[in-house]
Amino acid sequence: MKIAKPSPPSDDKRWKIIDVKMRKLGYEPHALIEALHAVQDSFGFLDPKALKWVAKSLRVPPSRVYGVATFYNFFTLKPQGAHTCVVCLGTACYVKGAAAILEGIEQFAGIKPGETTPDKQISLLTARCIGACGIAPVVVYDGAPAGRLGADAAVERLKGFAHVS
Amino acid sequence: MSPEELSAIAEKTRAGRKQVCVRTCMSAGCMSSRAEDIKKALDKEVASRNLGDRVEVRRVGCMGFCGEGPMVSVKSEGLLYEQVTPENAPGIIAALDGGTADVRRGDPEHPFFARQLPVVRANGGLIDPEKIEDYIELGGYTALHHVISESTPPQVVESITRAGLRGRGGAGFPTGLKWSTVAKAKADRKYVVCNGDEGDPGAFMDRSVLESDPHTVIEGMAIAGYAVGASQGYLYVRAEYPLAISRLQIAIRQAKQHGLLGDGLFDSTFSFNVEIRIGAGAFVCGEETALMASIEGRRGQPRPRPPFPAERGLWGYPTLINNVETLANIVPIVTRGAEWYASLGTEKSKGTKVFALTGKVRNNGLIEVPMGITIRQIVEDLGGGTTDGTRIKAVQTGGPSGGCIPEELFDTPVDYDSLMKVGSIMGSGGMVVMNEHTNMVDVAKFYMEFCMEESCGKCIPCRAGTVQMYNLLTKILARQATLRDLEALEELCDMVKSTSLCGLGQTAPNPVISTLRYFRDEYLELLQPTSGDHQPNGEHAPATTSH
Repeated sequence: MKIAKPSPPSDDKRWKIIDVKMRKLGYEPHALIEALHAVQDSFGFLDPKALKWVAKSLRVPPSRVYGVATFYNFFTLKPQGAHTCVVCLGTACYVKGAAAILEGIEQFAGIKPGETTPDKQISLLTARCIGACGIAPVVVYDGAPAGRLGADAAVERLKGFAHVS
Repeated sequence: MSPEELSAIAEKTRAGRKQVCVRTCMSAGCMSSRAEDIKKALDKEVASRNLGDRVEVRRVGCMGFCGEGPMVSVKSEGLLYEQVTPENAPGIIAALDGGTADVRRGDPEHPFFARQLPVVRANGGLIDPEKIEDYIELGGYTALHHVISESTPPQVVESITRAGLRGRGGAGFPTGLKWSTVAKAKADRKYVVCNGDEGDPGAFMDRSVLESDPHTVIEGMAIAGYAVGASQGYLYVRAEYPLAISRLQIAIRQAKQHGLLGDGLFDSTFSFNVEIRIGAGAFVCGEETALMASIEGRRGQPRPRPPFPAERGLWGYPTLINNVETLANIVPIVTRGAEWYASLGTEKSKGTKVFALTGKVRNNGLIEVPMGITIRQIVEDLGGGTTDGTRIKAVQTGGPSGGCIPEELFDTPVDYDSLMKVGSIMGSGGMVVMNEHTNMVDVAKFYMEFCMEESCGKCIPCRAGTVQMYNLLTKILARQATLRDLEALEELCDMVKSTSLCGLGQTAPNPVISTLRYFRDEYLELLQPTSGDHQPNGEHAPATTSH
């Protein structure tokens, strides 16, 4: 029995990349996490449209897709700001003052981890450990880790991201 | 691929080598300090000085001394540079012809390096991890050829058993026994899974191995596949390690192109393929049944064992799950022999262990040391003591599942059983040094918060118990708790430890238990007199001064 392939939510070309990923894995249910990675890589977050489409394509219940998307810390259902700032809270960073760094950044940006500034410029996140313990404490700015930071230096770097006063 | 072709590649690569090789560490730690620009600047300098026929600038994996990175080394001249910047490039190249480099010189004979015994990390910092030729030049994939052409699968299992290798993920289960269980299982399909979900905060051994020498892990998986009768492997890597993932993708592609992965390897009937699966940020996925659920595209929640994955694993088929470092030990064992391997380490813990030495210690980085070395030797000789000359108070091993070892027990040898005896575990290899300013109750709370947030929520002792323990620790730190709260905390530790479903919950109380065991005073100092107790010097008072 052949089931018609669901059409993507829009004609945005990025859906094709995700479809290729799912096709490679035979549209099997076990492709779910890989498919969600592909969605987040392409769009920055997982929106309900995408979740429904992935569910249909892999023929798994939407509840399971939502369950997986919310179980894993890496996936986010909210759009991220223009810039991301990830404070590593691994043990090595912790004993070297990561808590003070996080506090400084929270104060400066006026947001808590998991939140985005109202002007959509900065999203603040925390990480369990990015494995760069040798240069602890570490903050990852837009994907680029910066090490051996003090709280002041960490905030100073954030100021480089536009529109933040 | 034939063995002749393999050695032809090795020969050709060797013949193409230049007289001088300038190695630049391009592992995640150094990459964050502009290692890419350093390599570009070095390349440019070599070109502008017309040294291209004599000097090669090579991208290499982790050299280990991450705390002093970025590192650049020129082995033939015995030179090592630390904290290099791109601006140092002209000096470094000039120094090859008698000039002086205006960079901090490192000492290749420093105890940090001299006391190490690289087995797993032998290629780290030597080869370009993105070139299979570099790996083949040093004998790569000959171990796979050797087992396929010279040994039967039971012989391979037997030699791993004889080597005495134990699982490097932390629990120390005998690897040979695991392999033989999967090998004996009867099924028309089996799987090999490499567990690269290195979730312990403060640990980056597996990241470094994957980034520096991805082929040794892939070859180890293929040998495991041959030994247990599996033709499909999965490499599960956490999403937080993008560089490791990209280097593995490159390595798998190159191995396929060279016919070192795929069907009918070395003209035999043995086929082996590897696929990468990327984690999505869940500590519990380091637990093997949760990891399998995640590979199957489900929430990473563990299930009771037995049945063990060796009997019923991925999609119900027998599955061998080994940690990255365990698999990285396979090629050296096959190449140099089980007897050689068994001669390293202690009676019950063979070989070496890679540790991520971090925290308040002078020399930060990755070290590989023989089992049986003492904690004191690691912290003082290799680590060089604390950064600021303060007293070292404790070393934490095993992350959220481990414990803190106090200074007075630093002569404990590092092996699975001795660490267990002092209330910690070998763990995956995180070793975080804490000095006299570290508040041990705060450390316990840090780990409890971690476990609380990472609890998958399936079983109640872990889901609810970690929250209760976290609240009690918060209360103690806020100086609002009494001795009764401490008693409740200890009861909870016992309950969560003995009734949780998987390793996460069963070990979550360990940081509390071990800090209570060795640093009870720090807890007691924070306690209030029991409410309703009108005599502050009454029945509970002595408890604040005794153990």
